[in-house]
Amino acid sequence: MVNQATQLAVKADAVVKNFGETAVLRGLYLDLPTGEVTVLLGTNGAGKSTFLRILAMLTEIDSGSISMHGVDVAQNGPIVRAMTGSVLHSPMLYADMTIRENLMFFAEMYRLEGVDELIASTTAQVGIEPRIDDRVRTLSHGFQKRVALARALMHEPQLLLLDEPESGLDSDSVEQLDRIIENYKSMGRTVVMTTHIVEHAMEIADRAVVLNNGTVGLNKTNPSGNREEILAAYSSTGNDR
Amino acid sequence: MMGSLSVIWAIGRKDLLLEIRNKDVVVAIAGFALLVLVIFTFAIDLNQGNAKLVGPGVLWAGIAFAGVTGLNRAFALEVEGSTLEALMLAPISRDLIYLGKALGNFLFIAVAQIIVIPVFAVLFNLVVFRWEMLVISLLTTIGFSAVGTLFAAMSVRVRAREVMLPLMFLPVVTPLLMAAVESTSHMVHGRSWSDMAQWLQIAVAFDVAFVVISAFIFQHILED
Repeated sequence: MVNQATQLAVKADAVVKNFGETAVLRGLYLDLPTGEVTVLLGTNGAGKSTFLRILAMLTEIDSGSISMHGVDVAQNGPIVRAMTGSVLHSPMLYADMTIRENLMFFAEMYRLEGVDELIASTTAQVGIEPRIDDRVRTLSHGFQKRVALARALMHEPQLLLLDEPESGLDSDSVEQLDRIIENYKSMGRTVVMTTHIVEHAMEIADRAVVLNNGTVGLNKTNPSGNREEILAAYSSTGNDR
Repeated sequence: MMGSLSVIWAIGRKDLLLEIRNKDVVVAIAGFALLVLVIFTFAIDLNQGNAKLVGPGVLWAGIAFAGVTGLNRAFALEVEGSTLEALMLAPISRDLIYLGKALGNFLFIAVAQIIVIPVFAVLFNLVVFRWEMLVISLLTTIGFSAVGTLFAAMSVRVRAREVMLPLMFLPVVTPLLMAAVESTSHMVHGRSWSDMAQWLQIAVAFDVAFVVISAFIFQHILED
């Protein structure tokens, strides 16, 4: 059912999302090619996190359509969720379980096989293996985020969604995150992330999308080469929420 | 099929592991129910006649009220850590999440009953260690967890969830509560299975209906 040959990892057509009286996405059109790192920029309330939550299938759209690798999201929930790995604002971990127990539990939810090897390789990749038998409650917020990243990577998703992944991370962890993103991209997979650190975003992204008032204000490839234009678009964003 | 069952069991087992470490839910249910029993033993002048008359009602009302306390806590833990969203990210259907959470709640209420029912037997001086009691208890616990899991999920994001859950839960479980009280009453009076069959059938019908309905509704209440 998943069309690996489809060049678009994400295709959003006229996506509208309201929370009560508040319009968050107002007919958003966005095509994101496979194998790119896309960074979503915009001020608070521009709709970045809502769009990521929609891609993660945690939030339903009011109208419009979204497909991932040619698969309609609305009709194929479990298939699309298997293609997606997400690290959102909260680490979303069981605080009174160890890192290993958390990862084993979520491996069962994703019906993965060879779980011990998967956990060993993923925890090594994000640098959390020395504390694998510690309870999550005892970890710093930055470390918990790394565990969340391990959970998101464990099933090797086609699309990795990261909502402000660098928040709470020290500079070493941010460098490690950049390496993971680069490695992920080199495998032909797609990363969509939000951030408020624009300079950093332009270094690692292949595409910058500036959201403004729930629509795409600017969509540019080669962000480092279009730096001035992106910064101008970013600084001009505002919202009337 | 086996894959679905293993997902349901994994969620239930995870809840049990967290409960063994935290002891939040079972202690709340058992503690509350025991308090109800003790208060009624002091409030009513118990003798062999009225113990059989009021005992079943006190037992099941106590477990129903105590169950609300525990159900509230069981779902609040998932929402406080945003782990419910982590479950929703997994490529499993929402009804498996519901059934897994209901299994966890079933285990909590069942364990609480293992503590409460012997104390009830001593305080009310009634013989309850019979197969009939096991069946009544099983059917009632299935119904309580089926309805309670759904309403706990519905009320968990509401500010006044401690009030909302009992307001929704108790009226809906009233038929099940009546079936449990009536069949327990038949049992303590030494009557046969056939005397309580009608009430047990009501309990079975309630359980089947609410497991199916709740699993269906649960899929729609999780979305933003």
